[in-house]
Amino acid sequence: MEWVFALLAGVLAASGVYLMLARHLLQVVFGITLISGAASVVVFVSGRLSAVAPALVPTGAEAPPAGAANPLPQALVLTAIVIGFGLAAFALALTVAAHRRLGTADPEAMREAEPRAPETPPAEPPAAERPAFEPPREAAE
Amino acid sequence: MTWLLAAPLLIPFAAAVAALLAPRVGVPPRLVSLIGSVLHLGAALALGERVLRDGVIAEGMGGWAPPVGIVLVADPFSALMLLAAAGLGLAVAVFALADIDPRREAAGWHALFQLLLAGASGAFLTGDLFNLYVWFEVMLIASFGMMTVGGSKAELDAGVKYVALNLVATVAFLAAIGLVHGVAGTLTLADLPGRIDAALAADPAVAPALGAAALLLLTALGAKAGLFPLFFWLPASYHAPSAATTAIFAALLTKAGVYAMIRVFTLVFPDGPALDVLAPFAIATMVLGVIGAAAQKEVNRILAFHIVSQIGYVALGLAIGSALALAGAILYLLHNIVVKANLILLAGVARRLTGSHHLSRAGGLYLVAPGLSALFVVAAFAMAGVPPLSGFWGKLALIRAGLEAEDWAAVAAVLGVGLFTLYSMTKIWLQGWLAPHGEGRTRPLAALPRGARIAFVAPTAALTVVTLGLGLFPDAPFRAASAAAEGLLDPAPYVAAVMGAPPDTALAAAGGTAP
Repeated sequence: MEWVFALLAGVLAASGVYLMLARHLLQVVFGITLISGAASVVVFVSGRLSAVAPALVPTGAEAPPAGAANPLPQALVLTAIVIGFGLAAFALALTVAAHRRLGTADPEAMREAEPRAPETPPAEPPAAERPAFEPPREAAE
Repeated sequence: MTWLLAAPLLIPFAAAVAALLAPRVGVPPRLVSLIGSVLHLGAALALGERVLRDGVIAEGMGGWAPPVGIVLVADPFSALMLLAAAGLGLAVAVFALADIDPRREAAGWHALFQLLLAGASGAFLTGDLFNLYVWFEVMLIASFGMMTVGGSKAELDAGVKYVALNLVATVAFLAAIGLVHGVAGTLTLADLPGRIDAALAADPAVAPALGAAALLLLTALGAKAGLFPLFFWLPASYHAPSAATTAIFAALLTKAGVYAMIRVFTLVFPDGPALDVLAPFAIATMVLGVIGAAAQKEVNRILAFHIVSQIGYVALGLAIGSALALAGAILYLLHNIVVKANLILLAGVARRLTGSHHLSRAGGLYLVAPGLSALFVVAAFAMAGVPPLSGFWGKLALIRAGLEAEDWAAVAAVLGVGLFTLYSMTKIWLQGWLAPHGEGRTRPLAALPRGARIAFVAPTAALTVVTLGLGLFPDAPFRAASAAAEGLLDPAPYVAAVMGAPPDTALAAAGGTAP
């Protein structure tokens, strides 16, 4: 059973890296989301997989029954998902703001903070003014 | 007891909430932030005094005893870091009174600032690996906001790179935590060494998983700390936001990363593949950072590259690993928190007077602001490690430790990088302060409003006095750093303080974390 999850984590991470290499911010954000999904799977599987009983404490007892699933990884993954959701929301908002303000969603063309030639004072128009990658309509809204 | 450990977390969180709500009742958020920082420093001082008296103190939060509950621990190292963070927090809170414009203030800069302090305090005090991850997230989301709250093009561009690279590091951190938990069945830092040994004894086949976890942790924390080759996000972003923002980033973010690195690799993985590979990376970080700085012509970019270089010193101390090396690294870390933030703040004031960070369009400050220039000279030469200023003692300890360990590459790197640092600082001093302004437009300090003048000069002067104190009276700081280093090399008191606490609940005794 573990190998399915190992494969899942690998595929998720590989897809995430592939997306992050794209020259569009939105794809980079999706890539990060996929990679963090892979990390969640790793955390979950590392707590050992079992199909015996859910990690529920019966009424009156103080601990889950013997052989129950390990509750800690589930709690960790839940926390990580919530945090990842917040971070992804921020990253998306930042993508939209950057696209509006900088006029491009191509990270390679974003040269406000790091102009191509550091010697030249930032008075001259930065290289980002070139017609860049056309962003999809969703990102422009 | 509980309150002493929890107060450094509760105060900034409360201040963050109050700063968000304050505008509704007509109170400016910057005042709330200032009060919060004063209280925070008080809490850090009280905790430090207690640790000085009683040694390591630990407390399970929420009435759950370790290893089930989350523990807060204060040992000499974390108490020192917390004290430095709180002191810098207050200095930057004062500086921000004038530095943060009304638009950023309205957008919640001060609340985010307090959140960042809370995150850093949590990272320094927590005794749980997953909780450490959560505090890093708190710091991260606060710093994301502070970086981009101004909304200028440069800030957004810098923010994109900063966010993307830090999120990847965070994911690596999480995966490493998963692997560690899979092997050890616990995430309480004090519980981990024993459980890892037991797991290795029971089944030597878990060693590769542990090695992978250690290397993933080194990667994640190295990226947060700004180690070679994962430092690219730092010079790409740190120069963009306002001086107060960059100063607190420099004082807390990379330092929390390197703190976590020292903590994890002395306590949990004291020997293993990760520490063996650290030394060359630390030296590369020092050298590349300082060379990168030498190529820059804007003060804020030079200082950003120097943050990278100086993280290398601390990592080098960890890599050498002797008591003296660790003491030197901790002393250097404390010195660097103070001096680096001070330099960034002073550069921020200088930019307001000259109109630019670019060295060809700055200058003339020595004529119009000799007092400020004196502050800058002290900070700059302390940074370069000129005796008897504060940077010197940490470097001296590192060099002696390198000589004792016969690690000639480390000694050469410390000496050579110090020389290049001096070159960069001299360059800023000569072109940015001493030479006349390229366009003859330097304003005197008196041109600023009186309130702003006080807000700019008071914290930088106070930090300079601290620098002088660390340099001229190195005995007490060095003894504190040595005590912290001893606590790291002999974790028995730390483990006893955490694990020795009697279990409060029946569930703790039932061992709810067994896999």
